[in-house]
Parts: sequence; structure tokens; C-alpha cells
Amino acid sequence: MRCAWYFFVVFAAVCWSSLFVRPVAAQENPYFVTYDHYLEEPGNLEVEYFSTYGTQRGGNNFHSFWTEFEYGATAWWTTEFYLDAQTTFHDSTVFTGFKWENRVRPLKREHWINPVLYVEYENTNGADKTLKEVVGHDGESDYLATNAEARREIAREMELKLLLSSTAKGWNFSENIITEKNLSNEPWEFGYALGVSRPLGLKAAAKRCNLCRQNIVAGLEMYGGLGDRHSFGLKDTSHYLAPAVAWNLPSGWTLRLSSGFGLNGNSHKLLMRWGVSREIEGFGDMVRRMFGGKP
Amino acid sequence: MKGAVPALLICALLLVASVVAGGQNDKKSAKVEDVYAELGKAPEKARGRVNPLEKDAEAVAAGRLLFADHCAECHGENAEGGSGRKKGPSLRAAEVQNAAPGAIFWLLTNGVVRKGMPVWSRLPEPQRWALVRFIKSLGVAEGEPVPASRAAAKADKP
Repeated sequence: MRCAWYFFVVFAAVCWSSLFVRPVAAQENPYFVTYDHYLEEPGNLEVEYFSTYGTQRGGNNFHSFWTEFEYGATAWWTTEFYLDAQTTFHDSTVFTGFKWENRVRPLKREHWINPVLYVEYENTNGADKTLKEVVGHDGESDYLATNAEARREIAREMELKLLLSSTAKGWNFSENIITEKNLSNEPWEFGYALGVSRPLGLKAAAKRCNLCRQNIVAGLEMYGGLGDRHSFGLKDTSHYLAPAVAWNLPSGWTLRLSSGFGLNGNSHKLLMRWGVSREIEGFGDMVRRMFGGKP
Repeated sequence: MKGAVPALLICALLLVASVVAGGQNDKKSAKVEDVYAELGKAPEKARGRVNPLEKDAEAVAAGRLLFADHCAECHGENAEGGSGRKKGPSLRAAEVQNAAPGAIFWLLTNGVVRKGMPVWSRLPEPQRWALVRFIKSLGVAEGEPVPASRAAAKADKP
């Protein structure tokens, strides 16, 4: 599948969100891989573009990128659609597939630990290098194949996660337990993601400001694989530690930056990530009007 | 990627369905009285909490900005209630204005998730207290029925 339409969708989404819709100031955590328990506000759409530059020993470095459309269906259910692609230097740029995820909050109130259930369907090819999650025995050597070879392999997978998250005194602690099943005859694979973050300032300023401390959230993520059903554990798995920062601008834009460092020989040495997102108010009403409903 | 296009279409359809279904769900459940009743469910300990920003000169101004960013979308620019499908109740009703600051803080923290209001614990505590200061500074809106007359008006409806 050619990549041109991917860029068209991203370009159209960015133009539309910049010019024609009313943005909402967001309050995002800096995580790229870990999920906290906060869902999208009902009726709002968040358009996000993320990018990862990864080093590859024995092969060509790569730049993977994906666009997310995150919609708050209700206050307890968020649904999200991903389009993924990547460029491997000295090779080619390819579209690598799409994902559809749903997050559901089962409890009505806040608790010490807040669970969220996560279900995702993935339809990707072997050239996918987004590294949005690391599971099983995923390792750097899996990414050595050329794009032409890798894209022949099709992966249809279900991913289930238990997201646990707590917030106290401005700190957020998130723990994700990940299981993934290729729908062909392959074993369940396991992984984890941990995150901790805190805004630099807890008190709100009385004036609008871009560089106020409360707009900047610093954090740290750690994620990796835990083997599969036949060989659970840390053997032949890869792990990353990634400091991250998010800057929530009053104009409605959020910028994120993270540099992930591989913790063992199976991991990529460096995963440099950045992202930009914007939350759009009242998207649900716009769609309902299109289908003849009342706002 | 054989099979990708049909799967993509199915996902897109389900996404549109979730937009439509999600809104209907909110509409059914968003009864103003039910949301006000949530304030009464605040535990005694939470209700008794004192606003640490009670004497902070800048708290109301900070709360006003936070309200515009996070609350006005549903509760209206002047907190007199939203319009359309995302109709949040008026925060200038007597039920809210007479509630203990601790009860409002508790509601902000926990949300009313089943009735469309998200949890706001992602805002640090000082920001939630600033919001409470701003909301309490608004006072009861003119023409806003007091709780007893609201119940009577509801009973009069055919």
C-alpha cells in the first residue's frame, strides 16, 4: 500500500484542527508508551502525531511515525484509531498498518489505584517500527529485514492491557500489564510499561503564560517484554528507560519529547521520540450534525 | 496488505457508531437533579476539608482561567449551564453555591463518570481548589430556582 494517502490524511487532519475548530487546553502526561487512567473528555477528539527515530545496529536507522485520532465516546469509554508508517534510511518509506483501541473505565470514582481495561485490534505488517509497546521476545534484531521483505509478513493481533494508575500530590504513577496474541497460531506474549510524572508547578498562574511551570510535565518511563506463554521471564527480551517531557500550551497544543535508552544488548541503543497533539472540542456534535442528529 | 481495506472500513464504521452511540448514552443519563444529588454523596471527611487557597488573592483569577479551559465547554462561559448535547448543569444553582467547598472539591476529583462528567484528579490539588474558589465566587444566578422550588416545578410538569 502506498504512503501518499497517509500523508494526505495527516496533512488534512492538521489543517482542519488548526484552522476550523476550537481547541481546548489539554493537560497531558508526557508518556509515549505508558497509559494513565485518564480518558478523553466526552465528545472531544484529540489529533496526535508522533515520531520515533531509532538506531539499528547491523542495519539502517529508521524514523517511524503514527497519527492517532482519540475520541471520548463517554466519560468512561475512549476509542482511538491509529495510522502507522515508517522510513528506513537508505531503504524506503512504507505504510505499516492501522490499529483500533478502546479503553474502558470500570469504576465510577477515584481510588488509590484506578484500573482501566484496554482492548486493541492491530492490522500491521512486519515493517512496523513504531515500538508503541514491547512484548514477548521483541528485540533489535527483529528489525533488520528490508522493508520489501518485512512488509510481506502480515500481523493481525489482539492486545489486552490492564492499566493501573494513581495520582497523589501531583505525582502520577502508572503501571500497564500487557498481553498480545497474534490471531494466527502463535503464543500469548507479555510485556509491561511503567511511568511516573509530575508537573513542575502544582499551582495555577493567574495569567495565561506559555512557560508557566504548571504547563510543563516531566516524567520517566520504563517498558519492555516479559517473554511468552512458553518462556515467561526476562531472557531474550528488550527493555528501555525513557525520560520524557510534555509542554501543554494554552493555545491547545501539546508538545512531547522523550529519549529512550536501551537497557540491554537486545534493545535499540536509542529511541528518540517527539509528538504534537491538539484537542478539539465538540467533535461528536459535528459528526452527529453530519448524520442529521441534533447537536 | 490484503484484507486491510475491509478491516479499515469496519473500524471506521465502528468509530462513527461509537460517536453516535456515545452521545445518546450521555443524553439519557444527564439529568440535572441527579448530578446535583452527587454533591450530597461526598463523605463527611471530604466535605469538612477547608480550602487552603481561601485567603489566596490570586486563586479566583487562576480558577477563572482553569474554568475557561476545562469546564466552560460543558457548563457554559458563565457557568449557567451548557447547551446542546454536552449540557452540563448550572454551577450557579443554589445546590452548588450552598455546598461545602470540600464537597465541590470531592466532586471535581471523582467526577460523575456515568453521567458524563470526567474525573479531574489530573489537575493538581491546588488547581482544583482554585476552581472551587472561582465557582464559589460566582454566587447564585438571578432567576435560578432554589432547590425546593426546583422540586415543585418538576412535580408540576405534566
